[in-house]
Amino acid sequence: MALVLTEDQELLAQTARDFVRTNSPVSRLRALRDGQEMGFSPDIWQEMAQLGWAGILIPEEYGGAGMGLADLAVVLEATGRNLAPEPFLSTVLLGGQLFTHAGSPEQKQAWLPGIATGEKILALAYQEARSRYDLNRVSTRATAEGDAWRLLGEKMQVLDGQNADALIVSARTSGEDNDQDGITLFLIAPDTPGVALIPQTRVDGRAAALVNLDGVKIDAESIVGTVGHGFQTLLHIVDLATVGLCAEMLGGMSQIFEDTLDYLKTREQFGVVIGSFQALKHRAANVFMEIELCRSAVMAAANAADAGESDLALLVSLAKARCSDAFVLATNEGVQMHGGIGMTDEHDAGLYMKRARAAEMTFGDAAWHRDRWARLRGY
Amino acid sequence: MADLETFRTETHQWLDANAPASIRGVGNTLLDGNWGGRKARYPNPDMKVWLDVMAARGWTAPEWPTQYGGGGLSKDEAKVLQQEMNALRLPAPLIGFGLTMIGPTLLQYGTEEQKHEHLPGIIKGEIRWCQGYSEPGSGSDLASLKTRAILEGDHYVINGQKVWTSFANLADWMFMLVRTDPEAKKQEGITFLLVDMQSPGVETRPIKLISGASPFCETFLTDVHAPARNVIFEVNKGWTVAKSLLNHERNMIASAFGTTAGKGRTMRDWAKEHLGLAGDRVADSAIRDRMAQYEMDSRAFRLTTERARDAAKAGRPPGPESSMFKIYGTELNQRRLELLVSIAGPHALGWEGPGFEDVELTLTRDWLRSRGNTIEGGTSEIQLNIIAKRVLGLPD
Ligand SMILES: Cc1cc2nc3c(=O)[nH]c(=O)nc-3n(C[C@H](O)[C@H](O)[C@H](O)COP(=O)(O)OP(=O)(O)OC[C@H]3O[C@@H](n4cnc5c(N)ncnc54)[C@H](O)[C@@H]3O)c2cc1C
Ligand SMILES: Cc1cc2nc3c(=O)[nH]c(=O)nc-3n(C[C@H](O)[C@H](O)[C@H](O)COP(=O)(O)OP(=O)(O)OC[C@H]3O[C@@H](n4cnc5c(N)ncnc54)[C@H](O)[C@@H]3O)c2cc1C
Repeated sequence: MALVLTEDQELLAQTARDFVRTNSPVSRLRALRDGQEMGFSPDIWQEMAQLGWAGILIPEEYGGAGMGLADLAVVLEATGRNLAPEPFLSTVLLGGQLFTHAGSPEQKQAWLPGIATGEKILALAYQEARSRYDLNRVSTRATAEGDAWRLLGEKMQVLDGQNADALIVSARTSGEDNDQDGITLFLIAPDTPGVALIPQTRVDGRAAALVNLDGVKIDAESIVGTVGHGFQTLLHIVDLATVGLCAEMLGGMSQIFEDTLDYLKTREQFGVVIGSFQALKHRAANVFMEIELCRSAVMAAANAADAGESDLALLVSLAKARCSDAFVLATNEGVQMHGGIGMTDEHDAGLYMKRARAAEMTFGDAAWHRDRWARLRGY
Repeated sequence: MADLETFRTETHQWLDANAPASIRGVGNTLLDGNWGGRKARYPNPDMKVWLDVMAARGWTAPEWPTQYGGGGLSKDEAKVLQQEMNALRLPAPLIGFGLTMIGPTLLQYGTEEQKHEHLPGIIKGEIRWCQGYSEPGSGSDLASLKTRAILEGDHYVINGQKVWTSFANLADWMFMLVRTDPEAKKQEGITFLLVDMQSPGVETRPIKLISGASPFCETFLTDVHAPARNVIFEVNKGWTVAKSLLNHERNMIASAFGTTAGKGRTMRDWAKEHLGLAGDRVADSAIRDRMAQYEMDSRAFRLTTERARDAAKAGRPPGPESSMFKIYGTELNQRRLELLVSIAGPHALGWEGPGFEDVELTLTRDWLRSRGNTIEGGTSEIQLNIIAKRVLGLPD
């Protein structure tokens, strides 16, 4: 597949950019953050769903558009530009993809149409206090009780956990804490006795929760996929979701970079615009190059995901490592080149910097992905 | 697409039938490729056979028009040809400044007569070209060049000095920049001219590099005559041609250095051998991380060149952002060699003689030579200036 957007994707990108510019200014984030609400706007999410974005990946038989990650990526790049916090990651990329790829026909019927219409929010609880980026480091336990299971453990920074209509939790049904075998995925209603959701406040203002599971009783129908084989499923879904996250990051770094360029062309010191100083020019050119490389890597990963190519994992690691480093670089440079004003809460640069770090530490940072690349390449 | 697959099958069969066995797997870099020309030496005569069979089909210049002897292939077909050559481990039949620099420039700016005069010789590998741009006082600030050309009747008389002229001593012709109007603004008094290196008054003196080789020269020009019809484009408009050629040069340098994976032993093999294993992994985790970082950056770079090609096919030809390919490609090559030197450790310190393997000695020389990559063809700093000004719109 060519590394250029199709005409349809160009159109979709334009629509998305226009919508985001009009309806989702970055300033909205401060209100959401300070409001202690759910972290995103349900109204805007509804509008996004009506534009078809929540259903891009969902098969047509379940009310979606049956399109690919390369299509969703252009939307996510646009929402990423203005740091829109609507639940693409939790609901569309993680929850929706999980049901699409591993759900039973009943589970698909129960959840996918609602995701496409924007009515249902999902949360995938995979991360634990010391699991870092390894999906196999699961110490939450599920023990069999007749036909049912009883869950004990705690998940952290579960995206949209407090907003979700259902949680999908990875728990260990057999084996040791770091084994890849023996992990099972459970679908849990948030009001099930023993489930406690405690909102967490993160640096990027995104909705996240501690999920405490204190002897939660779950019946066997609520398993997603098969018992003991959750790790491979999670790995694949997280790889797909990572491509989407990278597209969002690409949007974020592009926007903060363009904001910085504008500032370089307008701010005057020493009687000239600061963009005429070579020390800043070269650094800006450097950030430009890094973003160009990211764009290629993200497009290649999205194409590989849609075509089911065998080197998907390598390309995902490539995209995530590059985007993690470049987003952090673009925001650090952005704040620096803005001088004092970049340090203020009133200015947007800091919001991008915080999101860059949070995105970097979601689904593996650059060093983690370099290590995975090295392993996949046999060294 | 079906046509392309037919083309692929036929090409593969033809290549397999016509490529001499002894040239398969030989080196393909700027250092050991076949540059052709009247002074070419062929230690392996099969290399000349390979050149001639490919040139006869125009496949030394696959995308050039057939009326000048080129292959007339589409971009897609040329890509398939390259892929099939890679698959059979066949080196390029010919490399050099004719194919990558002056040829594309003539196609764009030359008259019909000039194209017919010069392109066939390039395609057949008969004429080797060198580039007379830099002067002792004019490097990055190329437009300040002083070599003077004065029109006398139907020819120019040239006086001056060029420097860093790569392979001037082996070249048959030189494309050069001369000052034809010393009164005009510096960019507006320059003319792009072709000169036969056998002309009386041309003298070349090789200069030795830190790598020990002497691939470049000082070139002295004393009352050298060149016919006025050898002016490309217009008199005093040479700067336009010069910049266009520099774009071709940067792309050539970027692709030559940014994409070669290294021949023979891979970096992974070197690392496993020199650093040992911890389980099935290279033992030194710091080197492992640098290797992954290099490999990933180089994959991202290749994807970006592909993306630029795809965009060009979709009607968006590359502009000044091609400077980034020059910077990034050359830096990747330097990083690759620095990393190999780190991996080889004391084995990378050999200059010549016993106690060092040939590949190790080659590595040392390649590493030293690679430091010039970010200087030749316009330094990295100059490329950053170009990006800042022409792509990002930052003011002077
Ligand atoms: C946390 C904090 C505390 C502070 N406390 C105080 C205080 O107590 N009292 C006080 O008076 N001030 C204080 N300051 C202000 C501080 O001194 C200024 O922010 C600083 O001097 C930079 O000026 P500026 O913000 O106007 O940025 P600008 O001067 O507009 O600089 C913007 C960017 O351009 C770059 N730049 C500017 N000129 C050049 C050049 N010639 N060459 C290359 N690059 C250039 C800068 O490095 C920067 O990256 C504080 C700032 C901060 C962030
Ligand atoms: C291996 C090799 C092969 C070559 N082959 C050829 C050839 O075949 N034909 C030919 O004509 N030339 C050739 N060159 C010459 C090459 O093009 C010049 O060396 C190059 O353009 C730099 O010029 P200079 O060496 O005079 O360095 P200078 O221009 O003096 O630069 C010195 C340093 O100052 C920096 N600098 C200069 N101006 C600026 C600026 N405005 N902003 C920031 N930094 C700046 C440079 O980046 C560099 O780091 C070759 C060079 C090398 C190393």
